[in-house]
Amino acid sequence: MQIRLNGKPREVAEGISIRRLLDELGLHPMRVAVQRNQDIIKRDRYEEVVLQPDDTVEILTIMAGG
Amino acid sequence: MRDGATLKFAGKEFHSRLIVGTGKYPDYPTMQKALEASGAELVTVAVRRVNLDRKEESLLDYIDLKRYTLLPNTAGCYTAEDACKYARLAREVGMPEMVKLEVIGDQRTLFPDNEELLKATRTLVKEGFIVLPYVNDDPVMAKKLEDAGAAAVMPLGAPIGSGLGLRNPHNIMIILQAIQVPIIVDAGVGTASDAAVAMELGCDGVLMNTAIAGAKDPVMMADAMRKAVEAGRQAYLAGRIPKKMYASASTTMEGMIE
Repeated sequence: MQIRLNGKPREVAEGISIRRLLDELGLHPMRVAVQRNQDIIKRDRYEEVVLQPDDTVEILTIMAGG
Repeated sequence: MRDGATLKFAGKEFHSRLIVGTGKYPDYPTMQKALEASGAELVTVAVRRVNLDRKEESLLDYIDLKRYTLLPNTAGCYTAEDACKYARLAREVGMPEMVKLEVIGDQRTLFPDNEELLKATRTLVKEGFIVLPYVNDDPVMAKKLEDAGAAAVMPLGAPIGSGLGLRNPHNIMIILQAIQVPIIVDAGVGTASDAAVAMELGCDGVLMNTAIAGAKDPVMMADAMRKAVEAGRQAYLAGRIPKKMYASASTTMEGMIE
């Protein structure tokens, strides 16, 4: 199925959880924040939240800034 | 008189009065050395999309979290709603519940949007954040932010990244008298004397990024800024002489030959 991830279309497995998506992307759950369709998903829910087709997902982290 | 030995707000205490940003450095190792030279304990960071196209080094690999406290910003936000969202996202990444709150009102000057800034301050204070708003050098607005629960108020010296120094020191002086919470001059510093001026006026701290990161030698400039902030603070505590129109001799006339 297709989702929109960080502004770009991306193919992911049906029924993929946020936890699984982060694993596949090689991202450490402790170093990111995840927003799904405008809602911030708390870290302890990464396992249980399953993505749906056409979901908009944003994965953010700490970057340099002033 | 703001004569505390340390910079204190919301139950936190910092020995350094210089807060530095992590943006715009030529590379992370230079940033790391500059942070060290600055003596800063509080450093600002941003929240942005993870780069999924290529593996990047993490900023966090270059910041010793035992030594530095991270202060996430809401740079690039133009509404209270967006700014609040970024503060919450930073908290999700594991940052302290503390935010350098920026709500920008104009792209060219990056001046704050007072109305949205006040709204965001109220919301985030209610949610338990330590809110440090970046604001115009406006005493009325500074008071409103203090009343809204801001832990410190951060008036600009001049537009972000402009290096113009303190354009209106008199307003900063009025703000210092108008409110009780710490005043940290944020933005506008170009060189060491600008930082010293802010501290000589009695400000509790100075926050800067471009002045260090954009210098020809960022590490040396960071060291200069550390000294300037310390020197300015000492001069404030020592109490400067009043300004006068005419000379007053340093050497007595007594004992001169006739």
